[in-house]
Amino acid sequence: MPDRTLEIDDVSKRYGDVVALDSVSFDVRPGELFGFVGSNGAGKTTAMRIALGVVSMDSGEVRFDGQAVTHETRTRIGYMPEERGLYPKMKVLDQLVYLAQLHGMTANEAHRSAETWIGRLELTERRTDEVQKLSLGNQQRVQLAAALVHDPAVLVLDEPFSGLDPIAVDVMSDVLREKAAAGVPVIFSSHQLDLVERLCDRIGIIRSGRIVACGTVADLTAGAATRLTVTAPEAPPGWAAGIPGVRVLSESGGDTVVELAAEAGDQAVLTAALATGPVHEFSRHRPSLTQLFRSAVGEGATQ
Amino acid sequence: MNGPGNPTRSVRPATAVRLVAQRELNTRLRTRGFLIGTAVILVVMVGYLLLQASLISNADRTTVGLTGQAAAVAEPVRENAKQLGVDVEVVRVGDQQDGRSQVESGDLDVLVSGNAANLRALVKSDLDQQVHALLNEISRQEVLNAKLVEVGADPAEVMGEVAAAQVQVNSLEPADPEEGQRVVIAMVMMFLLYMSIATYGSLVAQGIVEEKASRVVEILLSTVRPWHLLLGKVIGLGLVGLTQLFVLGAAGLAMASATGVLTVSGVATKTLLWGLLWYLLGFFLYATVFAGAGSLVSRQEDMQTVLAPITIVLIVGFVTGIAVLQMPDSTTTTVLSLLPPLSPILMPSRIATGAAGLPEIAAALVLTLATIAALTWLGGRVYHTAVLRTGTRIRLKDALRG
Repeated sequence: MPDRTLEIDDVSKRYGDVVALDSVSFDVRPGELFGFVGSNGAGKTTAMRIALGVVSMDSGEVRFDGQAVTHETRTRIGYMPEERGLYPKMKVLDQLVYLAQLHGMTANEAHRSAETWIGRLELTERRTDEVQKLSLGNQQRVQLAAALVHDPAVLVLDEPFSGLDPIAVDVMSDVLREKAAAGVPVIFSSHQLDLVERLCDRIGIIRSGRIVACGTVADLTAGAATRLTVTAPEAPPGWAAGIPGVRVLSESGGDTVVELAAEAGDQAVLTAALATGPVHEFSRHRPSLTQLFRSAVGEGATQ
Repeated sequence: MNGPGNPTRSVRPATAVRLVAQRELNTRLRTRGFLIGTAVILVVMVGYLLLQASLISNADRTTVGLTGQAAAVAEPVRENAKQLGVDVEVVRVGDQQDGRSQVESGDLDVLVSGNAANLRALVKSDLDQQVHALLNEISRQEVLNAKLVEVGADPAEVMGEVAAAQVQVNSLEPADPEEGQRVVIAMVMMFLLYMSIATYGSLVAQGIVEEKASRVVEILLSTVRPWHLLLGKVIGLGLVGLTQLFVLGAAGLAMASATGVLTVSGVATKTLLWGLLWYLLGFFLYATVFAGAGSLVSRQEDMQTVLAPITIVLIVGFVTGIAVLQMPDSTTTTVLSLLPPLSPILMPSRIATGAAGLPEIAAALVLTLATIAALTWLGGRVYHTAVLRTGTRIRLKDALRG
């Protein structure tokens, strides 16, 4: 699969007896925002570190643009590690210029690019301050700039949203969307599932080193059961229990939440509800990514 | 600016090493800390030099206090001392009691009283042999003069003839009048070398721990190979140290020559040049060992523990060095100065004192270079495996196994 796709192909990694990654495969296509979710210790960080060559893999291959990623091509990846890291005593501008040059830019290009990102991420007033003197939020912005300053062809970001204030979250989201729109494959991990759901084109869920689900949010939720919330104040308890294909999840006051089996119709529920008296709310919602994540990760836990 | 996905862009190894080295130079040389540090060392060094100079000149001086009738022998004491080459300072003391307390306090080495023919000397514990002989000579002279007058001879004439009779001395190895200065130069050079290697070696370790502690190393290693990062760091810091050593050496030399403390600027310049070479060798010998040790820990607080063994070797070298200066051409000294971990500190001072011959210097150079190669390989290997492992301290055995 050439054409600037980042492919993680059958990658495995063990630490002693612990299997960190077990034949992990997925790809991130150009122009795509790929969300990588999983519980702590599931293997997200290990997978990203392997893509960057910071950790060696036991087997498998990481490819970009149809070619195995080597030390030479790795300079084209923009990386934000989970453990944030910059030289605490180096000035913001110097630091960005240095990192850009280490990724192969000339001094002039590096300066221009560093200034561009400093302006873009609203760090202009802080450009000659030492990183350690910056607020945590501003340090995060510098960290993002460090991942972007060499104009990377691939972006790999480990928890880019953690610790950001809402405004910085918006800035970060815009930047990621913009990079994706420019044809860069972008992969990031996050625990903020609502954000992942809103932002990402596709999502991969990893559990204990294995990919358990991968696809668009619509794909992943299509097969899952639909939920209905019905507000019928006069309905007697247990009113919905007899409807075929319906499972009552909760019943309190006049609010009832039911889950429909795939083949069951929502109209039968509405009819039954109306039969009990007035209906103030009748809403249908697809399961959120959070629910999907809970069931994907939870299933494993009970196995 | 290259568009995203420009496939041609990559960093050549030489460029990566140069960039890393340049960063070290920029961040270290430009700081106020470096300038202040260099100035402080310079002041300490000059102070040490002056102290040494005054200690050396005061060590052999005997202060003789004369009281009562003995005051008459002041001139003969001075003259005889000059003839014998003994450094004597003569002072007059008001009375016996005052002189006694001065001897007790150490202000006076000896208090002389009584008349010329019958001198009495008061000392704290024992009297310097040469001064003893000198005082005896004066008493005898006095008695002899009296006897000569008794027999009707002219004391001045007789003594003139006596004084003319002297032993003629031919020496096989003439004493080097510059020896004192050479020893001082050697000592200063040794101190500078010890300090530079220890300081910049630990800066290598500190820099690596800083990168590990701040996690920036993960970003760096996603684009630079560990070897390049290590090499760039070592070269960069080595150059900073070389600059400092050169500034200190040149400034010290200029000052010492200007104030007249040194009259052998040829020897001093040669020593400085040898010193710079041995600094480079010593630094590269220790730098990768420091680097490997530093990469074993992730916090500055843990650093001293892993660096202690290396620092101890350096201190042993320095302490041995002080002994070496006492007898720069003994066999023990020669052997010690050929041991690679000690050579960079000991050899330059032996060269400065003029004790080391060319074959010895060549042997030390070859041995040191071979050790540098071996230790660089070893230190680099430890660094390579340990640098990305954060958390608890890594055991050396695990790091070597890879």
